[in-house]
Amino acid sequence: MSAHAGAPASSSNATPLSWKPFAALALFLVIGPAVIYPVFLMKALCFALFACAFNILLGFTGLLSFGHAAFLGMASYGSAHAAKVWGFTPELAILFGTVVAMLLGIVIGMLTIRSRGIYFANITLAFAQMVFFFCLQAKFTGGEDGIQSVQRGKLFGLISLQSDMVMYVFVAILFFLTFLLIYRIIHSPFGQVLRAVRENEARATSLGYKVEHYKLAAFVLSATLVGLAGAVKALVFQLASLTDVSWQMSGEVVLMTLLGGVGTIFGPAVGAFVIVSMENYLAELGSWVTVIQGIIFVLCVMFFRRGIVGTLSDLWAKRQTH
Amino acid sequence: MIEIFGISSQALFGQLLIGLINGAFYAMLSLGLAVIFGMLNIINFCHGALYMIGAFVAWMLLNWLGLGYWWALIISPIVTAVLGILIERLFLQRLRELDHLYGLLLTFGLALILEGVFRQNFGASGLPYRIPQELTGGTNLGFMFLPNYRAWVIVFSLLICLGTWFAIEHTRLGSYLRAATENPALVQAFGVNVSRMITLTYGFGVGLAAIAGVLAAPIYQVSPLMGSNIIIVVFAVVVIGGMGSILGSIITGFGLGIAEGLTKVFYPEASSTVIFVIMAIVLLIRPSGLFGKGA
Repeated sequence: MSAHAGAPASSSNATPLSWKPFAALALFLVIGPAVIYPVFLMKALCFALFACAFNILLGFTGLLSFGHAAFLGMASYGSAHAAKVWGFTPELAILFGTVVAMLLGIVIGMLTIRSRGIYFANITLAFAQMVFFFCLQAKFTGGEDGIQSVQRGKLFGLISLQSDMVMYVFVAILFFLTFLLIYRIIHSPFGQVLRAVRENEARATSLGYKVEHYKLAAFVLSATLVGLAGAVKALVFQLASLTDVSWQMSGEVVLMTLLGGVGTIFGPAVGAFVIVSMENYLAELGSWVTVIQGIIFVLCVMFFRRGIVGTLSDLWAKRQTH
Repeated sequence: MIEIFGISSQALFGQLLIGLINGAFYAMLSLGLAVIFGMLNIINFCHGALYMIGAFVAWMLLNWLGLGYWWALIISPIVTAVLGILIERLFLQRLRELDHLYGLLLTFGLALILEGVFRQNFGASGLPYRIPQELTGGTNLGFMFLPNYRAWVIVFSLLICLGTWFAIEHTRLGSYLRAATENPALVQAFGVNVSRMITLTYGFGVGLAAIAGVLAAPIYQVSPLMGSNIIIVVFAVVVIGGMGSILGSIITGFGLGIAEGLTKVFYPEASSTVIFVIMAIVLLIRPSGLFGKGA
């Protein structure tokens, strides 16, 4: 999907950002737990990572996948199973979960990457649903109960992650590094080619780029990093469940990205924070949360296609030129 | 009792019948999706929610106004189609110039709203809807017992599907529709109001979903979740059949329902995934679907 449809072209994702927003992010990660409950913060960071990894595909390659829950969920089952049943240390459990998501990404990617636009969205959704039914029936996932009371274990066999504060430090560092990695990838020559594919696939092909290879690479990369988010999430909550593989989860990440700003670096993270806080503080409203999410979806699509960060950076750019 | 591969014929035909019934719903829903996709180029994500609303309107007519099944079969599709027309006029029309993915996202948001509102008001468990008096009971076919209502669902949905196919492929109105799908600007130049046609097409597709909802009400329970349970399977059916193909969606709908029923007899563990497995195979061999003209 072109992030610029109907909106003035912005330079926000073409030129590298200054170091300031990253410093602000680092500061936020350091101060955050003093103000906000660390478990909530970890949840938000996991979803922020999920959305940022998803945005590699939607925002910077122009492919809308409606099946990313499959990678989140399978990675979280993988890491929970490795930690609980095989007794892996947390870093190995996370690595295992991430690799599971990567392999699944390769299989689903090879089957879907030739399709475009709506077809791609529809087919990824169907594959994710296949993964969902697999998880519902497979023995190791625990069906409706999920994998419960997973031990966080000791990092590298040394540092116990049992305390939420220690776990938070680990998650925050991991998030920050991955966020920088995503930023680096998007601004690498590889990222430039991806954006060329998004803007004009035919032209990218005519310039001699093997478009399908690039798209597949972006898909697998996105799936892998989504897997990282899922694997960490399983250890944070000490639980892997069917919620993470459900199609509602695939929809939620689209919503986070859309609300924050498709094709912006910080947008998906902002969107994730907004949606997670909303779910947290409005939980007692029951089904109305779904309704509110739907309304945000409709409003974003109708009036607010640049998202929070996209709109802000447009305003900022306008002020700079005056 | 006849046995086939160690399976009693009773079980086999029973599952085949369930497969045919499911197939009837797959066919009607994917037909509506195909009609909408052909004209608007969007995947109507709230199709499942509108199917659910079709069933709920039937339930409300019975419980609040005392109007029975046959009235519901006429009124519910009209009410739902009007809702669809409003959706098209209020939202989708404004997105026509944009990337079609925005249409998908919008209808996804609408599906969340509709489902959430109904779940808030009616809870997640199903409400019963009784079979109309005229269609209770059943017929003994010798090899199996066929409930009358199920026979009616199969026959009626086949009639609706074939009627729609005939209307699109063999009538004057249908030819306008097909022409507008190919080249809307040219058809507009001939003096046909394409914009209104798009709106009415959406209403019609939605009406089909509502008919399926009314037919489903006595079989499955009327529940806010009934739409999202079935719609993703229907999306897979649409991918297998080839997006936008009218006859293709009917044939694959019924065919996959039967395939699912047979899997339930011979390998029950795979019955919920078989359609997706078929989809993966079809995508490898024919990426544009069995009846598609090219993605």
